Parts: sequence; C-alpha cells; structure tokens
Amino acid sequence: MPLLEVENLFAEFHIGVGTVQAVRGVSFTLDEGESLGIVGESGSGKSVTMLATTGLLPDYAEVAADKVLFDGRDVLKMTGKELRRLHGGEIGMVFQDPMTSLNPLYTIGNQLTEPLRLHKNLSRPEARARAKELLRLTNIPAPNSRLKQYPHEFSGGMRQRVMIAMAIACNPKLVIADEPTTALDVTIQAQILELLADLKRKLNTSVIMITHDLGVIASMCARILVMYGGIVCEQGTAHEIFHDPRHPYTWGLLNSIPRHLEGERRKLEPIPGTPPDMLQPPPGCPFAPRCRHRMPVCDRFEAPETVLSDTHRVSCHLMHANAPKGVRP
Amino acid sequence: MHFPVGGKLFFGRRRTLKAVDGVDFAVERGKTFALVGESGCGKTTAGRAIVRLYKPTAGEILFEGADIAKLEGDQLLPYRRRMQMIFQDPYASLNPRMTVGSIVTEPMCVQGLCSSDRERIERARELIERVGLKDDHLSRYPHEFSGGQRQRIGIARALSTNPDFIVCDEPISALDVSIQAQVVNMLEELQQSLGLTYLFVSHDLSMVRHISHEVAVMYLGQIVEIAPTDELFKHMQHPYTVALLSAVPIPDPDRQGAHIVLEGDVPTPIDPPPGCPFLSRCRVSMPVCKGRRPELIDLGGGHRVACHRIAK
Repeated sequence: MPLLEVENLFAEFHIGVGTVQAVRGVSFTLDEGESLGIVGESGSGKSVTMLATTGLLPDYAEVAADKVLFDGRDVLKMTGKELRRLHGGEIGMVFQDPMTSLNPLYTIGNQLTEPLRLHKNLSRPEARARAKELLRLTNIPAPNSRLKQYPHEFSGGMRQRVMIAMAIACNPKLVIADEPTTALDVTIQAQILELLADLKRKLNTSVIMITHDLGVIASMCARILVMYGGIVCEQGTAHEIFHDPRHPYTWGLLNSIPRHLEGERRKLEPIPGTPPDMLQPPPGCPFAPRCRHRMPVCDRFEAPETVLSDTHRVSCHLMHANAPKGVRP
Repeated sequence: MHFPVGGKLFFGRRRTLKAVDGVDFAVERGKTFALVGESGCGKTTAGRAIVRLYKPTAGEILFEGADIAKLEGDQLLPYRRRMQMIFQDPYASLNPRMTVGSIVTEPMCVQGLCSSDRERIERARELIERVGLKDDHLSRYPHEFSGGQRQRIGIARALSTNPDFIVCDEPISALDVSIQAQVVNMLEELQQSLGLTYLFVSHDLSMVRHISHEVAVMYLGQIVEIAPTDELFKHMQHPYTVALLSAVPIPDPDRQGAHIVLEGDVPTPIDPPPGCPFLSRCRVSMPVCKGRRPELIDLGGGHRVACHRIAK
C-alpha cells in the first residue's frame, strides 16, 4: 500500500476579490522510503498541494479530492485531534525560512521536546535525552548548551538543522521539506542536503522535497512532479524528467538554466511571458499562453493525462495521435 | 576601467568588522566581472563601495584613471552619471509611491539631463520599451508588477543616464527560474548593444559561469582566487573555490558526484584572526596558514590565487 495517495486534489482560497484556484486536479502516490520532488515556480501550487494533503490549510481554504489517504487513512475527514497527532507525530515538516518557523521566545530545547512530550508521551528527562540525540543526529555540536539557547543565537544553517531535528523527532514516516535550502548559502545547502539524505537512509523515511531548484531535485529525488498553474504537467523518474521530458514546460525549464557540458556554452532559452494569475486561470492548459507549440485546442481544453510508462505521465495535447510529431526544441 | 579598491572597515563598539579587507581587481571595459562568494564575504559591500554608496576606509577606486574613493558630495555627481546599480530585491528597490515613469527618469533628472517634460516622457518611453515593457506601464505603480517586471524597471532606471558601468547586485536571485533567464539574456543583449561594463555580484555560480568573463572569489572580505571565467571553472586551485563549486548541485541525476562538504559555518568578519581567512574550514591547511595571510600569486594567464599551499 502506498504511504500517500492523492487523487484529483483541488484547493481553492476564497478571498475578497474572488477565488484563487491554487490546485486544480493533482494526483500522485508516494511509497514508503521513497523520495519525491515537486518542482515548479511561483503560483504553480506546489506548496499548497502539500499543505492540502496534510490538512494544514486554513479554514477559508476549500479542499476537495477523490482521495487523500495517508497510510490508508482519509486526511480530509480527520478531526482536529487526529490531525494534531498526524502533524509532528507521523509527518514532519521543514519549511523554507527557519527564523519564521522557530518560535523566537522559546529555547531550542523547549521547541524540540514539545513534539516528543506531546506525541510520544515522554517524560521531561526522557525528552531531553532524545532532544540531545537529535541534535547529535543533525550534527549540531555541544548539544547541552545549545538546548538552552534561543533561535537567534543560531546561524541560518544551524536553525535549519534544528528544524530538521524537530521534523524527525518522532520518527515520522514522511518528511516534507518546502524549499529547505533556498535561504541558505550553497556550502551550507550542501551540508543540509547531505544531512537529509543521510537521515532518509538511516530512518527509511519518505521525503517530499518542494523546490524550484533543478539541481537540488536532481541530487535528492528519485521521482519528480513538475507543476504549473495548479496542475501536474508531467511526472516521472528523475532520469525520465531530465533526459526524456515530454512537456513543453519541462523543456522550457531545462532550457532556461545554465548547464555546462564539456566545451559547450549554450544561450539560455527563457520561457517568454509570466506565470498565470490563479484568480483567473486560463481555460484549457494553463501553460498555453507561454507555449511555443500552442494549438487551438490548448486554449479551450485541459490536456488529458497520457501514461507513457509505469512511472512516466504527461498532460499535453501534443500527445494526441493527430498532433505534430517530433517538436522538442 | 580600473578599480583597485583597498580595505573597508566598519567599526562597531570597539571591535572592527572588516567587510572588505584589501580587495584589488580591474574591470575591463565592455566585459562582465563577477564577484562571487557566500553571505558575509563582502561582495555586496565591495559593489556598493565602488559606486560610492559607501565611502571606503582606505584604498583607491580608479574610474578611467580618476580616483573617486575620496571624493565627496557634488564632486561625485559627474561620476554618478556614468556608474549605476541594479539592486537585488525588486520589491524594496522601487519607491512604491512613485509611478514607473518617474522612477525610470529620476536619475537623469537628478543629473539635470532632461530639459523639458516632453523630453522626459519620451526618454521614459524609450527606456521602458528597451526592457520589454509597455508604454502604458509608465503611469502605473510598482505594486502592480511581478518580481521579474520590477527588476526590468530597475534595469531601465539604471540605463536612464546612459552609464558606462553598472553594478548588478544579485539581480536575479529573487526571481523564478524562467524569469531569471529572461533577465540575464536582456543584460547580455544590452551589454552587446550599448557597450556596457558590468560588475556582477552573485552567489549563483552557474549563472556567473554563463554570463561573466572574469571571476573573483571572495571569502571573509578577501579575494582568494581570481581568473578569467573558463580558466577558473576548469582549473580552480583554491580549496574554498573547489569546495564552493563542488557544493553546487548539478541539474542532472546521472551526473551526481561526491561533494566536498565543508564543515562548520562561515566565521564572522568581526575582529578576524590573522592568517588565512579560510583556515577554520580548510582541510589542507599548514602551520604557516595560521600566522600569515597568503598573498595573491600569479599563476599566469590572469589566474591568481591566495594560498600558502599553492605558493609552495
């Protein structure tokens, strides 16, 4: 049984001026011990997808799906109490900016032991011992003094390690990392990514990594979802996405980053235009306005999903039998 | 265009924060020179000191042979026309209370370059179209635009006085990937057509490799290695440069190699110890590294490194 099953997920926000359709029919699964990357730019819906899947969206969000099953249980039907047990207990999250995710008024020790006492019912000394072990696991030296310190006394990289320590505190089955290294320097990013990979190996947790950085995705994730305008354009193994991409947006993304192969110096090919306004997403394929291969059908109808293999799927009208062939730039 | 820039120190309490500590380089006309490094290395401070947003504590900034480091106020005005800056944060660098039209023409008005309203409007149109935006954007306000568009407005503003030299301080790091490519291509195209010279300050090594002709790697306020771009990326020597490049994840799942992972954090530039700035994280250090700061030695072909190990 997959650890996470999401089928036809929708998430909308009702705000004063209208409804923001952030997620519009997203489906994917995740097995135990697997690493999945979700890549997309602003407004793609990647963060909202994970927040909706874990029941973390605020009340003014409307979430609907055919299925959202975590470990076989329906997340969308969980009570507040059940969700609280889920968060921290079975699912750990690491957010982008550790300074806003850590409470500046409580010591690190306090924040680390909180989930342990809440979810695992550990006594205070037991929780402290476990907290020290977590700091050790995340390579934070001098745990005793660190436990008494406050977030502002830690550097960015250290704070992110603390976030990771908190996320894995209760040995969750799933860790979701949302842009965990975007705010960090590249050498610190390398440390954090190595730590995440190491922990994943040791604890056999599943990891979902949300990022816009294709390098990070390639180094960390076995499977990838490419999102745009609230839908999944393409999903596949890392190899399939990087070496046999089939969606024009994926092509566009890969062509717009510098890639230095031996002796080659390509011109960057940006995707013209800007991401769509999710208050009024275009009918049809959300990428159509920026797509070089746009056809009339693209403006009117969303593309159906084509299954290319067990692992590889793409939603694009170019997959239709009558569409022009061999168009990859 | 030559910029030997000396030391720049900030004083806090009774300690010294050496943001830029003896930095020396020259930027060739019409080319792009990149300053790379991580947080706290001093690259942004160096960039701002060069356009005299700060006054250097010591050293010279030779702009076409004239030293602007010690000039004050009005004396800088003629130079300000020729040197401009594009800032990192497209949300903070545009005055939210000014229209786009006013924003892009403000520098030239300050310089006394527009003689009539009509001329100003004409120039605003020209600038905005140059960066791929439209005329009717001129009467709008910054908040009505996306990050990428705001960055284009910032670029249009920088072009306002027809400068020769532009410092680009992390101009794309706040933008989405596909928009980054748009902006970089535009910067390159402008360099070609207007003969601009850029100082490109960034931590994004892939983009730096793509856009620059020469690179200087900074660490704790000092240049540890400097070379023409291809030479640096193919034959890097300094342990920090090697670790830095090794840390950049490659966007290809089939080309994942072992990374050198540096331990610890970047040390603070406040009251730094003598000796090599990289000592605390260096795996190949020698006793001499503790006491004496390494000098930049010439390896030929414009490649210089500051490392005692290499000096041997």
